[in-house]
Amino acid sequence: MQVIPVVQDASAMKLDAPVVSLKNVHKSFGSLKVLNGVSFEVGRGEVLALIGRSGSGKSTALRCIDRFEVIDSGEIEVCGHRVSDPKLNLRALRQDVGIVFQSYNLFPHLTIEENIILAPCSVKGVGKAEAKEQAKQVLAQVGLEDKLHQYPEQLSGGQQQRAAIARSLAMRPKVMLFDEVTSALDPELTGEVLKVIEALAAAGMTMVMVTHEMGFARGIADKVVFMHRGKVHETGSADILTSPGTPELAQFVGTGL
Amino acid sequence: MGGSINVNHLMFLAQGALWTVGLSLIALIGGGIAGFIIALCRIAPNRAVRVVSAGYIQLIQGTPLLVIMFLTYFGLPAIGIPISPLAAASASLTVYVSAYLGEIWRGCIESVPRPQWEAAEGLALSRTQRMSKVILPQAVRIATPPTVGFMVQIIKNTSLASVVGFVELARSGQIINNSLFEPFLIYAIIAAVYFALCYPISRLSRRLEQRTGFVRPQLVEA
Repeated sequence: MQVIPVVQDASAMKLDAPVVSLKNVHKSFGSLKVLNGVSFEVGRGEVLALIGRSGSGKSTALRCIDRFEVIDSGEIEVCGHRVSDPKLNLRALRQDVGIVFQSYNLFPHLTIEENIILAPCSVKGVGKAEAKEQAKQVLAQVGLEDKLHQYPEQLSGGQQQRAAIARSLAMRPKVMLFDEVTSALDPELTGEVLKVIEALAAAGMTMVMVTHEMGFARGIADKVVFMHRGKVHETGSADILTSPGTPELAQFVGTGL
Repeated sequence: MGGSINVNHLMFLAQGALWTVGLSLIALIGGGIAGFIIALCRIAPNRAVRVVSAGYIQLIQGTPLLVIMFLTYFGLPAIGIPISPLAAASASLTVYVSAYLGEIWRGCIESVPRPQWEAAEGLALSRTQRMSKVILPQAVRIATPPTVGFMVQIIKNTSLASVVGFVELARSGQIINNSLFEPFLIYAIIAAVYFALCYPISRLSRRLEQRTGFVRPQLVEA
């Protein structure tokens, strides 16, 4: 697998400023409080793993970063965009942030190549020839250079997810969000997707991922945030997964491994 | 009066059948264009647009086509807008079809899975780009079987244009019957022609319904 260094546009932000920062974020769905004062930061080139039980708010926290959920109070800043500001330029934010979902969400009526060049061509105005060249490049990065002209349904789940990652990479995002991207895959296919994410991390991509793969989080994450009942219950380096500081995390990794 | 049915009668019926097909196509195209706009209005971000388009659909779907025909053909001249039978029938059918297709197509657009919208949003596509490049191409596939099925309703409903004096298939049958007075024979022929027009279309619709998902020619299931 070929690794292409991730080009980061450092001039747009201060070098040491966090790429993603959440400050005291609150979010409710109706009467259900999902995020209850969540704060964390991700620095440039850092990999942050968001872990916790189902319903702990980790996926919601991730979705708030790309403004798929609008927060009730608090502050979120991503690559210099004030996400919590109602006047936010949503499309500018989403050009800087790549997001990959659990269900891949490739567009079924387009080939893999068409899936990949759609956004660069129509959003960034990249020429078709250049975009196709780039599509080859990002597909090589995820090991699918031979699937250019296939339709999503002709690929396995793991291949579809890698193609979805490639589609995000083609927009040259400054930060990637992964929302339980391996949860729908069997262990063998999970492995091939995780390898791709690992290579991205090695290339210096800033990433936030919600994951249930504890072994993977331990191997790759610079920072682990354990969420519990809508709050950041424990946070630290990947070491907290092996020596948890709170009984809740101890119980979670105990059952999670 | 009297006499038996001859080639001239049959030619007259054939001409009527052609007008039925023509009127159906006018209704499909006019109603399709208007219906597409209504479908988009039904899911517009603006609440007022949604409410007005929903009201239009409720109003038209709650009114018999026959009454819409009367209203356009007899009502418009009464307020100073003269209208020919063809124009009245075309306008009425267009209005009628647009309300149904608008609602059918709204459902089809909304049945494109939500995550497809989110994936398109996540790639920074604008609303128009999401619609035209991601959602509509998928919605068209979902919409094809019910739209073809609705074509049958359109063909049958064109017979109501006979009440405003438009000579389509049903009206041409009436006219011939007035001279021959053989209602059973003539209306049986009319029924057979309608059936011959509609049956292939409803078969096609059923075939399309069985073909689910994104099955491409090289992957057609056995």
